[in-house]
Amino acid sequence: MEEMTFGTILAVFEEMFGAGLFWAMVVVAAVITVGYIYVLIRDREMSMRKFLLAQLSMPIGGIAAVWFVLWITRSGMQHMGGPIDALLLLGIFGAGAVGFAILVYVAQSLVRGKQVDN
Amino acid sequence: MNRFELGQLSRRGFISLAAGGAALATTGASVTAQTVKTSARIVILGAGAGGAAIANRLADRLDGAQITIIDGRAQHWYQPGFTLIAAGLKGANYSVSQTTDWLPRGIKFIPDYAAEIDPEANRITTLGGERVEYDYLIVATGLTLDWDAVEGFDLSQTGPDTGITAHYAGPEEAAKTWAALDKFTDQGGVGLFGRPATEMKCAGAPLKITFLAEDIASRKGNRDKVELVYNSQAQNLFGVPVVDHRVRQLFDDRDITYRWSHVLKAVDAGAKTATYATPDGDVTTAFDFLNVIPPQRAPQVVRDSGLSWADKWTDQGWIEVDQQTLRHQRYANVFGIGDINGVPKGKTAASVKWHQPVVEDHLVSEIAGREGTKTFNGYTSCPLITRIGRAMLIEFDYKNHLVPSFPGVIAPLEELWVSWLMKEVALKATYNAMLRGRA
Repeated sequence: MEEMTFGTILAVFEEMFGAGLFWAMVVVAAVITVGYIYVLIRDREMSMRKFLLAQLSMPIGGIAAVWFVLWITRSGMQHMGGPIDALLLLGIFGAGAVGFAILVYVAQSLVRGKQVDN
Repeated sequence: MNRFELGQLSRRGFISLAAGGAALATTGASVTAQTVKTSARIVILGAGAGGAAIANRLADRLDGAQITIIDGRAQHWYQPGFTLIAAGLKGANYSVSQTTDWLPRGIKFIPDYAAEIDPEANRITTLGGERVEYDYLIVATGLTLDWDAVEGFDLSQTGPDTGITAHYAGPEEAAKTWAALDKFTDQGGVGLFGRPATEMKCAGAPLKITFLAEDIASRKGNRDKVELVYNSQAQNLFGVPVVDHRVRQLFDDRDITYRWSHVLKAVDAGAKTATYATPDGDVTTAFDFLNVIPPQRAPQVVRDSGLSWADKWTDQGWIEVDQQTLRHQRYANVFGIGDINGVPKGKTAASVKWHQPVVEDHLVSEIAGREGTKTFNGYTSCPLITRIGRAMLIEFDYKNHLVPSFPGVIAPLEELWVSWLMKEVALKATYNAMLRGRA
């Protein structure tokens, strides 16, 4: 690609999802991230009980992310052709897993409030 | 410090951290080039990929210019999507938008075709008789598909009943190609594919539709009922030798037969036969499925204008531009973008994308009293689909050198899912961003 600037990447993502949906997704991701930092600061500690459930939910987020991308692109595991494909798939799994874990942690913290672990 | 104060500090710290992050993200955005004041009259002939994109770029860069874009076609077609439509992966509307969707504000759009180009008088006359004078002309007309050059063939013959297909003709024809391909891969028989002997847009497309036919038949469990024959106009399957060898290997692996120096000459829809011109005389082959891609030429209005090469491609009429600057060799105020250019490579949307900054640079620099410096190296790109779910991201230049965008990461000659992902998801978005002058 000839001009791979940050502006170009933004333009491509806007075209991919439509500007409205893309920025809505950015806002949702930002809100969840801000929520995570907020509950960490509010609780002034990481609750291991909430973190455990968040960790346990990671595979669900990872598998959901991989399934979604494969479904959108009408492809399957048999189409993985080289190391970059495996790395990309792992990256998608990882992003889905971490994103979902944060979401689960934040949701628990906001719904249940601060809890004492023992 | 009590806990409350510490908490306050942390929140303030967090807010300033977030503000800093936002500022960092903003500075990463591309720096817009300076605008130039001018009253120059610029005419862009053609509002397809090349015309729409350069109109947006010039509208951003030039303050006060009178930009006129002339095109009689109301629909804009995303042509890289035709293969996906022909393989049943997308509907016909996937490739259709309106020409006016992509044009910037503040320019004049004339919804008509050019009837005459006069580069001596610096004037365009439209079919409707309107005369438009220019200081600079950008020719971005695209090319003409010469269906009449295939004897006995008519676009009304296409469809599942005849097995004749012509997905190059447009989104509706691409959808009819899928209807015919679906039936063919159900029932079996002989499928004929191939390419014309002229220059053509996207030389990878005839190969893609062949690969996809093989994959679709295999997925249906009907591969043994289907015989696939690719007819090459030359002694190779692709003009870049290293790619040619790779495609040959894949064709061999998938039992796709190929014949050299076979150029489609005539079609008999009733008898279901295709006749090919070969060095040893005409060869007639019966088919159950036929994909027709006709010879391709500059539009007649361009061929009549005196802008074409006098001694190259004389049967095709591409315009005489410098290979590096894309400026006309005889008329210095004329530039070419896209398929119409008489250069050895690149009748693709990827090349259109790379033509943009070069033409913009030379035109805007001249208006500003400077010399343009950017050059075009012949870059073109072909995400060569080899099956649904895999492609090879092939990029090369005038010298037939591979010029991968992601060297060491995405191997150009490997069938990869990531390359398919780009074609399926990222390509149209990049194309649309290009049309808006943003990529």
